[in-house]
Amino acid sequence: MNLIVLFVAIPLGAAFLMPLLGRVARKIPDILANLANFSLLVLALLATKQGLVVYKIGGWEAVGGIPIGIYLVLDGLAVLMLLIVNVIGFLATFYSVAYMERYTDKPRYYTLFLLMIAGMNGVILSGDMFNIFVFMEIAAIASYALVAFGTEAEELEAAFKYQVLGTVASCFILFGIAIAYSLTGTLNMADMSRVIAQQGIGTPVFFVGTLFLVGFGLKAAIMPFHAWLPDAHPSAPAPISAMLSGVLIKAIGVYALCRVLFNVLGLGKVSSFLYILLVLGTLSMIAGSLLALGQRDFKRLLAYSSISQIGYIILAFGLGTPLGFLGGLFHLLNHATFKSLLFLNSGAVVYSTGNRDLKKMGGLSQRMPVTGTTSMIASMSISGIPPLSGFWSKLIIIIAAIQAQQFIFALLAVVVSIITLAYYLKVQKLAFFGKLGEAWQEIKEVPAVMCISMIILAVLCVGLGILLIPGIKAVILDPAVEVLYNGARYAQLILGS
Amino acid sequence: MRGMTLIVKTITRLIVGLIFLYGIYIVFHGHLTPGGGFAGGIIIAGAFILLVLAEGSEELSTEVKKWRASLFESLGIFIFWFLAMLGVFAGTFFFLNLLPKGKPLELLSAGIILPCNIGIGIEVGAALFAIFITLAVLKGKGDKE
Amino acid sequence: MIYLLCVLLLLIGLYGVLVKKNLIKIIIGLSIMEYALFLFFAVIGYREGGTAPIITKGFEKAVFVDPLPQALVLTAIVIGLAVTALLVSLAVRIYEKHGTFDIRKIRRLKG
Repeated sequence: MNLIVLFVAIPLGAAFLMPLLGRVARKIPDILANLANFSLLVLALLATKQGLVVYKIGGWEAVGGIPIGIYLVLDGLAVLMLLIVNVIGFLATFYSVAYMERYTDKPRYYTLFLLMIAGMNGVILSGDMFNIFVFMEIAAIASYALVAFGTEAEELEAAFKYQVLGTVASCFILFGIAIAYSLTGTLNMADMSRVIAQQGIGTPVFFVGTLFLVGFGLKAAIMPFHAWLPDAHPSAPAPISAMLSGVLIKAIGVYALCRVLFNVLGLGKVSSFLYILLVLGTLSMIAGSLLALGQRDFKRLLAYSSISQIGYIILAFGLGTPLGFLGGLFHLLNHATFKSLLFLNSGAVVYSTGNRDLKKMGGLSQRMPVTGTTSMIASMSISGIPPLSGFWSKLIIIIAAIQAQQFIFALLAVVVSIITLAYYLKVQKLAFFGKLGEAWQEIKEVPAVMCISMIILAVLCVGLGILLIPGIKAVILDPAVEVLYNGARYAQLILGS
Repeated sequence: MRGMTLIVKTITRLIVGLIFLYGIYIVFHGHLTPGGGFAGGIIIAGAFILLVLAEGSEELSTEVKKWRASLFESLGIFIFWFLAMLGVFAGTFFFLNLLPKGKPLELLSAGIILPCNIGIGIEVGAALFAIFITLAVLKGKGDKE
Repeated sequence: MIYLLCVLLLLIGLYGVLVKKNLIKIIIGLSIMEYALFLFFAVIGYREGGTAPIITKGFEKAVFVDPLPQALVLTAIVIGLAVTALLVSLAVRIYEKHGTFDIRKIRRLKG
């Protein structure tokens, strides 16, 4: 498909049109944003049928086998990530139509939202180191502004903290890119990968790898670098929390980290580096879940849970086996659906009650059946209750850990899964079951558009297990696993075509 | 923010047009000499900012100015996007240089680079001015409290 | 040697971000970090005896320094401008709410 550039161009164009047309009529921002995101969703579904696509921006062909222009690359992993970003992105915009009514200045909200989508799609498609950085910054700056969108004291403070740490992370990444460029003399990821494979993996490559690990690890909120996430994610409006926790930390954190480490630097077969990932993943898995256990704030609990679940993904990648990559990617996909759904649920609760404190809720399912049911499904899925999707991905990760002879890590993964069940049962008990609080006798279910988004996500939570059926697995998950596991083939594929 | 003394105001009125012209020159010669849309846009914004600093922001209706600045910003970036998309509309590559290239080292050469620079110049100038106005207005609020 | 200078500058910026208690000083620290990296990029691109990589009359065949890092630095400067502008406006809004730039007095969120 010659149109993969539209993944970046459509949201950018819509974002630039928004301030021009946004003031003409009240409904235009909603329509424009939903139209743009819906077309992206359709494009992402079409992209699953494509094989490898290499798109040369400006039509600059390689000279003597050395690429000179900026490349966009669509491979198996990129297709999977594009699906996640654009499906969740569309549902979150749809949800915003009703939810964002209470905030002023919807056009600006949609502009930032679309810029964030454009940035994430750009990171996913980019085949060029520096372009990853640029698109990452577009997505990150839009997200900083969105966290501060409410302009209350707490939101401003969270956004400031988030942005300071995010900028430090960007500096580390830029430093890594600078050293990688001076080592290889190229910025194209495929070309860089080829040169590094020729030179062999020495100390400088490890140094670059560590810089990227710190930089992207900060963006992905892996354990020692997680401090900003529990402040930033709850402070944003609910659809944005869903986007940040469900998609952004994966697209500009986990995805970019894997792409750079495994495909460009070729560290996918270096056991010492993989062990670091394993340990960091386990640390954030345990610490995130323990911290989540003690939270009273609904959204803050979800944010800590995100840290814990990202830990699972990093742990699975650290195993370095095909099954581990399969489990990690599948869990990434599942986490995107159920965590977005849970944040949308929390948004629905806030919308109806104006309250985020779990202790003050109770019995909300009686008044809000859709929110109650969908959050029940998501909670069960994230805690790994069969046959919901979360069960399968956790099962694969645990089996992969046992196969790789990492028994302790497998055991810890099981234990954390039980802790996860514990704190989600706490949410269910405190918020949705029990006696209806006196203050909440009058509340109503949220508007239909918000319900539709939540129901679609709940259906996905139940049904995503079918991706493991062999015929379907070969279309979506297997190509993505292949990209990560055979990292060195990346250069060959891109430069050869 | 209050305005400055008569000397500053007079000098500003004299030179602000020249600064503005210089900014436009930088934008238009971006493909020939150092500079281009970003540098020129900054200089253009600098002309406006100097004017506001000298005259003071009290007499200016800053809300209207901010609104116009963000309108121009969107317009400029939209021009840039449209030029980039020309290639896609024509069925070829994003950012393809479709226009005739002309002779090197002449003003009307290098295809879409000159219009792109103009788009960027409008965008950067307006954006920087909008940032300045926003911060100036916020600062003013803080002083009163 | 000059590479070490860039790293030193980076560390000075990092020190500012981590240690200083004033929002504006933190922003300055971040800017120092960014500028250290810009300097690093410019140094990487240097070639012995090179001139500015612009083809003008009479300089068609001179030795040029590597133009790519310079293009990267220009892009990164634009990004840095956006980051700084957003940070400053956040800091101003925080000042409006709390009347101070001292992070010890405005810290409400707990890690």
